[in-house]
Amino acid sequence: MKQKAGRGNSKAVSYNKWGYIFLIPFFAVFIVFQFVPLVSTVYNSFFENYRSGLIQVGPNFIGLENYKTLFTNGELLTYTKNTLIMWVMGFIPQIIVSLLLASWFSDQRLRLKATSFFKTVIYLPNLIMASAFAMLFYTLFADGGPINLILMQLGILQEPFKFFSSIWGSRSLVALMNFLMWFGNTTILLMAGMMGIDPALFEAAEVDGATSTQVFWKITLPLLKPILLYVMITSLIGGLQMFDVPQILTNGKGEPVRSTMTLIMYLNNHLYSKNYGLGGALSVCLFIITAILSLIIFKVSGNDKKAR
Amino acid sequence: MEQNMNEKLDKGLNIKTRRLIAYIVLIFLTFLCLFWFYVLFINATRSNGELKKGFVPIPSTHLIENWKNLRAGILPVWQGMFNSLIVSTLCAVFSTYFSTMTAYAIHAYDFKLKKPIFTFILAIMMIPTQVTALGFVQLMTKMKMEDSLIPLIVPTIAAPVTFFYMKQYMESTLPLSIVEAARIDGSGELRTFNHIVLPLMKPAIAVQAIFTFVLNWNNYFIPALILHSDNKKTLPVLIAQLRSADFLKFDMGQVYIMIAFSIFPVIIVYLLLSKFIVQGVALGGVKG
Repeated sequence: MKQKAGRGNSKAVSYNKWGYIFLIPFFAVFIVFQFVPLVSTVYNSFFENYRSGLIQVGPNFIGLENYKTLFTNGELLTYTKNTLIMWVMGFIPQIIVSLLLASWFSDQRLRLKATSFFKTVIYLPNLIMASAFAMLFYTLFADGGPINLILMQLGILQEPFKFFSSIWGSRSLVALMNFLMWFGNTTILLMAGMMGIDPALFEAAEVDGATSTQVFWKITLPLLKPILLYVMITSLIGGLQMFDVPQILTNGKGEPVRSTMTLIMYLNNHLYSKNYGLGGALSVCLFIITAILSLIIFKVSGNDKKAR
Repeated sequence: MEQNMNEKLDKGLNIKTRRLIAYIVLIFLTFLCLFWFYVLFINATRSNGELKKGFVPIPSTHLIENWKNLRAGILPVWQGMFNSLIVSTLCAVFSTYFSTMTAYAIHAYDFKLKKPIFTFILAIMMIPTQVTALGFVQLMTKMKMEDSLIPLIVPTIAAPVTFFYMKQYMESTLPLSIVEAARIDGSGELRTFNHIVLPLMKPAIAVQAIFTFVLNWNNYFIPALILHSDNKKTLPVLIAQLRSADFLKFDMGQVYIMIAFSIFPVIIVYLLLSKFIVQGVALGGVKG
């Protein structure tokens, strides 16, 4: 008996070593392609290392000097502001429209037809290559492009509106594209959340004679809070990584007067000019901000689990 | 009684107007989503001269001519399409296979570090590739892998998001008794994984393969930093090149057809698989 148990145990152990074996590919690749680069990025942030013309300066150890430069030369603040402005301009309509659509799609009383068609269409822009979509917007909204031509043919405009010379024109285009690319995705996430709400609650509200507006504000929205927070923070993390759209739309220049220059475009410029010191410091800052935001998600979804 | 009837009527009307508003908003949003691609399609069929004259909402006859002009130009579009296909396909294969394997390791085995490793993988899920890009590019230069497709493919083996999806799916659909039965039949662990677990995971693998494919098809940031020679570039990098070349000064027909060439394959695939994809998003989104 005893022997048998012992054998079983050792067999379990020999099976369980396969757990580690199956983890090898993931961790080997993670260490080489993510962890080592992360460490070397942090390491780089403490060195003076850039090119000025043909002269290579550094690498010399300068401690926190890069971080000081980053925070005092004012560029970081401007680009953070740009990124956040464009994110907010896209996110506010996105969350409003998504909440509205999700509550319509999941409302049994409304009985909308062709919902799967609408879902398919609103999710479509999310899969479009962001760079090609931005290039498309650039050509469509160009001074002599189709949008201006259409608006002039309809008599709305007398002369072409120069979208790319106007600060708010270009920012609005970036925000519009972000909105278009993400509201379908958010709608589907919120809908999944709404489906998870106990239908008995809605029935009880109906029996009590609550209007659909009351149901939305008093039942759906409060119960959706964890998912809303999740959507908001993941969207903010995504917003901080905003790059493809403004990069292609403005050809990497963030024009006019750098009003559409985002944080990652700033990082990209450092990587291209091989200013590894400042680039490293900027990466570390972005890493820390993302880590804090992710921690909030972790906490929220953890509490959510406990509540259930 | 009558009052009650009135109330009901009121509610009924209310629902009708609400339904009408819902349809109007939905149709407007549908228009907002599709309008750009419609204009793109129309303009891809028109010659440069026609494009300059004004916008006409019906297709013209210059689609093939534009395509030939683009092929004769400096951008290696076929090569770009080919590179994009290679990278995206291999990424989809590697990412789903190894993520399933990682998820299986956590799901099916009991070992000391199981819990901390699971938490660790969830924790690294949110690290954006951009913040490690600096070290990544330096490392690739040192490893002589710059200007090669390998650094775009191999890193997808460690894909925490795909891993998480697979883990969730296993929890709901993969009973460990099947694995036990395979063991009793004398199947080795790797064999069990390849021949029993993988086929059972097919639906999840299909969804994640599509997502990984599209993600890498559209990826621009890292390829732009890694790829330098024209015959290695993927489509997004070529699009960026098109933008910086200021093509607007000459043939717009070519510009439109190039954009259409990168966008329409994804749209067609999406329309064929849309049911899968929309469900996949909903499933992946409900975390916890």
